[in-house]
Amino acid sequence: MSNKLIGYMETAGLSWMVPMVRLCKGEDAREQATELFNKVGLPLLALLVFLLLWSAGAAQVKTSLGVLPGPVAVWHQATNLYEEHQLQRDKADAFYARQDERNAKKLAANPDAEIKLRDYTGKPTFFDQIGTSLVTVFTGFLLASLIAIPLGVACGLSPKLYGAISPLVQIFKPVSPLAWLPIVTMVVSAVYVSDDPLFQKSFITSAVTVTLCSLWPTLINTAVAVASIDKDWINVGRVIRLSWVTQVFKIAIPASLPMIFTGLRLSLGVGWMVLIAAEMLAQNPGLGKFVWDEFQNGSSDSLGRIMVAVVTIGIIGFLLDWLMTTVQAMLSHQKPAGH
Amino acid sequence: MSVVQMLKRELNLAEKMTESNELQENASVNKSRCFLELSGVSIDFPTRKGPFRALNNVNLKIAKGEFVSIIGHSGCGKSTVMNIVAGLAQATEGGAILNGKEVNEPGPERAVVFQNHALLPWLTCYQNVELAVKTVFKGKKSKKEMREWIEHNLTLVHMDHAIHKYPSEISGGMKQRVGIARALAMEPSVLLMDEPFGALDALTRAHLQDSVMEIQSDLKNTVIMVTHDVDEAVLLSDKIVMMTNGPSATIGEVLEVDLPRPRNRLALASDERYNQLRSEVLTFLYERQRRPEGT
Repeated sequence: MSNKLIGYMETAGLSWMVPMVRLCKGEDAREQATELFNKVGLPLLALLVFLLLWSAGAAQVKTSLGVLPGPVAVWHQATNLYEEHQLQRDKADAFYARQDERNAKKLAANPDAEIKLRDYTGKPTFFDQIGTSLVTVFTGFLLASLIAIPLGVACGLSPKLYGAISPLVQIFKPVSPLAWLPIVTMVVSAVYVSDDPLFQKSFITSAVTVTLCSLWPTLINTAVAVASIDKDWINVGRVIRLSWVTQVFKIAIPASLPMIFTGLRLSLGVGWMVLIAAEMLAQNPGLGKFVWDEFQNGSSDSLGRIMVAVVTIGIIGFLLDWLMTTVQAMLSHQKPAGH
Repeated sequence: MSVVQMLKRELNLAEKMTESNELQENASVNKSRCFLELSGVSIDFPTRKGPFRALNNVNLKIAKGEFVSIIGHSGCGKSTVMNIVAGLAQATEGGAILNGKEVNEPGPERAVVFQNHALLPWLTCYQNVELAVKTVFKGKKSKKEMREWIEHNLTLVHMDHAIHKYPSEISGGMKQRVGIARALAMEPSVLLMDEPFGALDALTRAHLQDSVMEIQSDLKNTVIMVTHDVDEAVLLSDKIVMMTNGPSATIGEVLEVDLPRPRNRLALASDERYNQLRSEVLTFLYERQRRPEGT
């Protein structure tokens, strides 16, 4: 039971929790305590040192918006942002309650009355913006994966195709998202014209920019993985006379899955980095826009709020990476899931 | 159904199969006992300095139900010979004819047991065999028959206890057993084995050799095995094909092993004829085909 738990924790990258389980199991306390100190104590210590240095250093820097905020000021802003979020939620709830009440009254007076339902148009809070950013990055990432994986498999299977598009990949791979953005914006404005748009233009622009930048790691990894499949596995398929489609789905893709996932993980990381920059410029209501707005706002709280955003961006990026690593560990055929 | 019953059924099946095949054989043009023939097989590999002739003029006739070993020093092209029969490699000159048909591409009637088992690690033992059975017997067997056939073959190699385990969870010998089961499940007319026990420790190897002998005496398969192990070759084969060293390797000598079956490795250890055959192979390999210096 506890061994299974430890197995799950290691798959999920939570190996720092393992000593605690071992302690509860009654294994050698001294050894586990050392382990715990190494895995939990040392990182906590480093964090403490970092906070102290930040606190001391920040006080020395005078900007036009006041002293650079230290950890305490940033924490204060974080709670402020949370309170603002709660306040907006309450306002929105009150708005919808009033609207429902009004409509109910109208209906009571005249059952055929036309009812108007309006969305609340308050300012998006910090937490709404995190949500928007996540939706945007996953849209772009999904789009990139849908293009990159099939194309990568095709390249891996056909060295000629890979040779043909390889120079293009090499050229487009290092292009900064900021260079893509104006082109994407113009194209989206020209092509995506509708009276009742399902998505905002800025959302499409940001998502497409993420796609363009996060395409490459998955594409290259998939192509290399498929091209370097164990020759014996291919021969197995040839001896059985698998059809081409079965060969691809039963052998080529499962065999390259671990490496494809490494590619996807890199792609999602790149996508998240690109997204913030894209949102700043495209004015998509996400974390990037939040940072940009605060910078333009220039109040005495702004620097603190931007720092909250920076830390949040970091933590979310870390969580996304952890998510991908866990999925990858579960899919890797060295450790099949549930064993 | 018990293992014994299954084996009995298998024996009956095999008998019927050989009977019908014999009938066919008598009726067909193929009057000689030759079932598989390699004639004038040569193969060139392209290199920077021009083509490199790995095999030169290999001629070999194999009868139905024969167990043939190909032995030689490493790099002499013995695996290449097998790959040509398998259809995994194409001969530059000459070719292989199986049952009156030329071999051009790989196919399940020439199932291969790979040196490093080549099981797909993301599939369980059962699923590995299933992949082959589903493709080979598509439209010929019902779902239930397929399931029974897969389980039967895994039982045949004594792997019925670990049917639903992943390759990473079983030992090297067990993996090779599953590899053999997968090949047998394709009902091949020739079973090709490329150094099947090369990666195993001596005890496991002996166990598997005994299993293969047992299975072969039941099913009467035609088998070609590539090996570099002299004892293995003498113990298992009806015929040992000894290859000269490359480049331009060819068949140096063919030795008929006339030891009676069933063979017992312990009894044979002190058997005079066995040791004589063994020393003939050793003489060929270590005196007449000494490895060239520096390779």
